Amino acid sequence: MKVASPKLTFWEKLYLFEVLKGMGVTLGHFWKNLFNQSAMPTVQFPEEPNPLPVRHRSRHRLTVRENGDPKCVACMCCETACPARCIHIVAEESPINAIEKRAKVFEIDLLRCVFCGYCVEACPEDAIRMDTDDVLVVGDRREDFIVDLKWLLHGGDFLERRRERAETAPVQGEPITPPTTPEEDQGWPEGTPYHRPKLPAGWQTNAKNV
Amino acid sequence: MNPTMEWIVSAGRAALIWLVQLQLIPILIWFERKVSAYMQDRTGPNRAHILGIRLAGVIHNIADVLKLFFKEDVTPPGVRKFYYLLAPFMAMMIALMTFAVIPFADTLKLGSLEIPMQVFSHNVGMLWIFAIGSFGIFGIVFAGWGANSKFSLLGGIRSSAQLISYELTLSLSVIGLIMIFGTLQLNEIVRGQGGLLFGFLPMWGIVLQPLGAVLFITSVIAETNRNPFDLPEAESEIVGYHVEYSSVKFALFFMAEYVNIVVASGVMTSLFFGGYGIPFLPTEKLIEHAQPVLLGFLAAHVILPAILLVPCRRWSKRLKQLYTDARRIEADFLSAVLVLMALGGLGGIAFFSLNPLSGYGPNIVAAIVQFATFSAKLTFFGFFFVWVRWTLPRFRYDQLMDLGWKLMLPLSLVNIFITGLVLLLVDSLK
Ligand code: SF4
Ligand code: SF4
Repeated sequence: MKVASPKLTFWEKLYLFEVLKGMGVTLGHFWKNLFNQSAMPTVQFPEEPNPLPVRHRSRHRLTVRENGDPKCVACMCCETACPARCIHIVAEESPINAIEKRAKVFEIDLLRCVFCGYCVEACPEDAIRMDTDDVLVVGDRREDFIVDLKWLLHGGDFLERRRERAETAPVQGEPITPPTTPEEDQGWPEGTPYHRPKLPAGWQTNAKNV
Repeated sequence: MNPTMEWIVSAGRAALIWLVQLQLIPILIWFERKVSAYMQDRTGPNRAHILGIRLAGVIHNIADVLKLFFKEDVTPPGVRKFYYLLAPFMAMMIALMTFAVIPFADTLKLGSLEIPMQVFSHNVGMLWIFAIGSFGIFGIVFAGWGANSKFSLLGGIRSSAQLISYELTLSLSVIGLIMIFGTLQLNEIVRGQGGLLFGFLPMWGIVLQPLGAVLFITSVIAETNRNPFDLPEAESEIVGYHVEYSSVKFALFFMAEYVNIVVASGVMTSLFFGGYGIPFLPTEKLIEHAQPVLLGFLAAHVILPAILLVPCRRWSKRLKQLYTDARRIEADFLSAVLVLMALGGLGGIAFFSLNPLSGYGPNIVAAIVQFATFSAKLTFFGFFFVWVRWTLPRFRYDQLMDLGWKLMLPLSLVNIFITGLVLLLVDSLK
């Protein structure tokens, strides 16, 4: 392929002045950022929450009945639907008459999970959800990421965290009313405005669902 | 001065300059990270801390050094052991040695005693820099060949070709300056630059030799393997000469690059930017006016921290909002340091206005002020190197050679010719 090189004027061919111009540009950015650090688009992540889109899928949780038992009836729908085969369920008989089975072992290998959300869609009981807002799961070994029933029920104080996040987020537009009770916490309704930091001019994108 | 004393004084100067060079390495690495970050609208490193004190990323250097020291030190089988082990030390040692002839203050006169403020004061000056500096290639060649790997050999060859090409321009571009001042002794050159041209322009090398300065700066950047001439390393794309090195041995190469920058800044400062000299204030005048200069110096120590205190307090408030951990106290700690600095400056002003300088005092003050000036210029040119690196894209290899041989070499010859002509003219007009 032939690439036509642009015609340069004499001063541009000297290169020296163009170099100086370029150095002026970088120095300008340096100066601007040195004295106005808060205008930088960087988000200091764990301290400053990074806004999550409304329909994001984060770490799973298992929902509970009124008496505190997990809603899961060990129907294996999620295990079947999971494309990554990372759910492992062992069923046992439920002590309650109206319910046939319950999960004895419910494990998800978060390192294999692709966060597709098929398990949530497959569940007939609304027993599994991915609305914890938890995007950080920390561990030292692989085994740390195979989470069990207990962890899925209580792992992470997501309700408090969600409340806290709604309070401290750098607000743009209408803030979300944080949920206060488990009944209220039925997930974010569609179309809820979510938090998004103010981007500097020139950074604005047209993407609808960031 | 008896021989023992002389020995002690020499060792002291060597130690001082050695410390300055090693001190500047972490500062330059910090510049590299933080300045590049700000130039690209990023925040840069700000996490590593000691008891919550982060110093805007300086602590990352300590973490880095620890990491490099505790990494596994692999010596690949089949290397030519002697050369392989020698190379990193060559690189580092030669980089450190080159600084010896650069004067960091004017000769200190204490009565009949004259202490040259230069580790190695000899009238070979410039030649020492070129001679020792070109030894730096050996580090690269040994590393490339000793590692017994085709990639590092190619990298080594590429680098030595570049260094040799630009060394020519480097040496030829300063000939004009040597012709003007008629000496190779760097201290004399720096003193010469203290004069005034037409009565108002400081006679800095860049004023006398603008073309020479541009050529010198360009080739010195090539000599230190920095962008836009960093083909020897080009860590992101092609394999360089130190590909087989790990751990501390790699760290030595890495640090040698920064020491080379310090040396290059030192030479650039001494030759083209007045060295330790303050414009309009040559050494004799400086000694004469030592008292007001000292007071001004101390006043700067009070005023600067006082100004910095304002953003520091604002920052402290913001930190307390953001964090709940040890980082909250960082701004408070820095404010305390600033206040201490200002108080020290005030104490100094009080002390020296009550006891005016006498005896050798003015000479020592002049030396210290010149040393401070030199360090400031050195640091600025360190910044300059970083600035150039993060602005310009890298040359292609053929462009590099074209620029070196077809453009810069002829230009440096032309520069010598023009300088000679002008000198002849000036001489005949006298
Ligand atoms: S999100 Fe997808 S991959 Fe992860 S457990 Fe559910 S179905 Fe499996
Ligand atoms: S699909 Fe729902 S109810 Fe069935 S096993 Fe999975 S979580 Fe339990």
